[in-house]
Amino acid sequence: MRRLFLGAIIPASFLIVWEASSRTGLLTLESLSRPSDIVRAGYVALRDGSLLLATLQTCETALIGLAIATVIGIAAGTILGLVPTAERVAGPTIEALRPIPAIAFMPLALMMFGFGVGLEASVVAYACVWPILIVTIAAVRAIEGRLLEVAAVLELPIWKRMTKIVLPAAFERINIGLRVSAAISLVVAVTVEIVLNPRGLGYNLILAEQSLQIGLMWAQLVWLCLLGYVLNLVLSHVGRGPAAIWRPL
Amino acid sequence: MRRLFDPIKLAALGFALLLLGAWQLLADAHLISPIFFPSPLRAFAVLQQRVADGSLWLPLAATSLRMTVGWLLASVIGIALGAAIGSSRLARNLLDPTLEFIRPLPASAVIPVAILFLGLSNKMSVAVIAFGAIWPVLLASVHGFSSVTLELTNVSQVLGFGRWDFLRKIAFPSALPDIVAGLRVSLAIALILTVVTEMQSSLPGLGWDIFSAQRFYRSADLYAGLIMLALLGFAANHLILLLEWRVLRWRDLRT
Repeated sequence: MRRLFLGAIIPASFLIVWEASSRTGLLTLESLSRPSDIVRAGYVALRDGSLLLATLQTCETALIGLAIATVIGIAAGTILGLVPTAERVAGPTIEALRPIPAIAFMPLALMMFGFGVGLEASVVAYACVWPILIVTIAAVRAIEGRLLEVAAVLELPIWKRMTKIVLPAAFERINIGLRVSAAISLVVAVTVEIVLNPRGLGYNLILAEQSLQIGLMWAQLVWLCLLGYVLNLVLSHVGRGPAAIWRPL
Repeated sequence: MRRLFDPIKLAALGFALLLLGAWQLLADAHLISPIFFPSPLRAFAVLQQRVADGSLWLPLAATSLRMTVGWLLASVIGIALGAAIGSSRLARNLLDPTLEFIRPLPASAVIPVAILFLGLSNKMSVAVIAFGAIWPVLLASVHGFSSVTLELTNVSQVLGFGRWDFLRKIAFPSALPDIVAGLRVSLAIALILTVVTEMQSSLPGLGWDIFSAQRFYRSADLYAGLIMLALLGFAANHLILLLEWRVLRWRDLRT
């Protein structure tokens, strides 16, 4: 309780000073709006559904990109994890591609897909694929040799070997990569929207700034904070769910 | 003994060359659109030409400068805040909830706010870079400063160190490995945000080069820019590794 109180001191006093100084005319910067106006703008945007629609658009694209990255990352990671030679051969190429900021591919994606979901999802996928790929390689390599031997003794076909042995055994670790990538996907999606793509939360944010709807801009910023916060919370708690389901097997 | 021609290394090089070669052949045969995928040779030719006529250095310098200044700002603030939060329970209780709330915010989302306050300027770019790059170094130094071992704390008490001396002579060196690791992650983020702000606000630099190359459908220029960015990221990362080795060398002497 005391910690909650201490933690609230700074934001609360900040908001009070902000509101008071703009009410009394001490602060006349247009770019600052007022906390009360921000709350009002946020309420209006929530009620007319524009904020939720934008959130849906952003999350949808982020999820599509994440799904593509998951499929590619796990498939390629499993192969490279099972065949060490392949990993050592392809490794340097991967290491050369990985540090290029995904955002730098945005112009290229624009040329290929035009504005819209494809542009955004492809950039998100590029950014998200690396953590999943690298964690999957490590996870598959860390599978106990005996499990693979069991699969060999049972003479399971390659597909069953993957779904019954390799992926369940590696899933708990792959999950870590998925959680990292899920957080990245939202950030990248919003970034693409702010720079280029005319849809979703990022675009609404930059639009509000350019049309000098300052209250709305701040409200959307707070909304983004909340969204990221909730996502982090979900990822750190529910993210362990699927792994726990495998366990009893 | 290390062999000069490690077969695996040769194979790795061959693999990369094979991909490039396949790309080149497909481009030559016009099987893939030269608008999206110009042949690698054309991209390298553009790069070579820009090195020769000197038009590469200005954007490269501008991007590196922006990235470095933003990163340094983030490092200084991050280490200072991290020291405060990591070594004082009061500071932690005061600041932690606020920081935890702001942290998940995508750094690019503060661009509109930064534009309002600072305009389409280098200051804006640096502010956004610093905002985004601060988190890894902040978290790392909080961890570093709060995990100073009990023996070291006892030593500083025996020596009668004040708070400042404790932070400077005991806690900071002890937290340094964590801090340097955070600095490395921060630098990677700084490069990304440099590119983002350049694209968003038309600031001259490598990011803007790539962006404008797309506008004029000069895809060979676009790829040349991508190659330069990759090299810059690679070089920056290796400089930090060098710094890490240099700064943390004393730790190896102990063992």
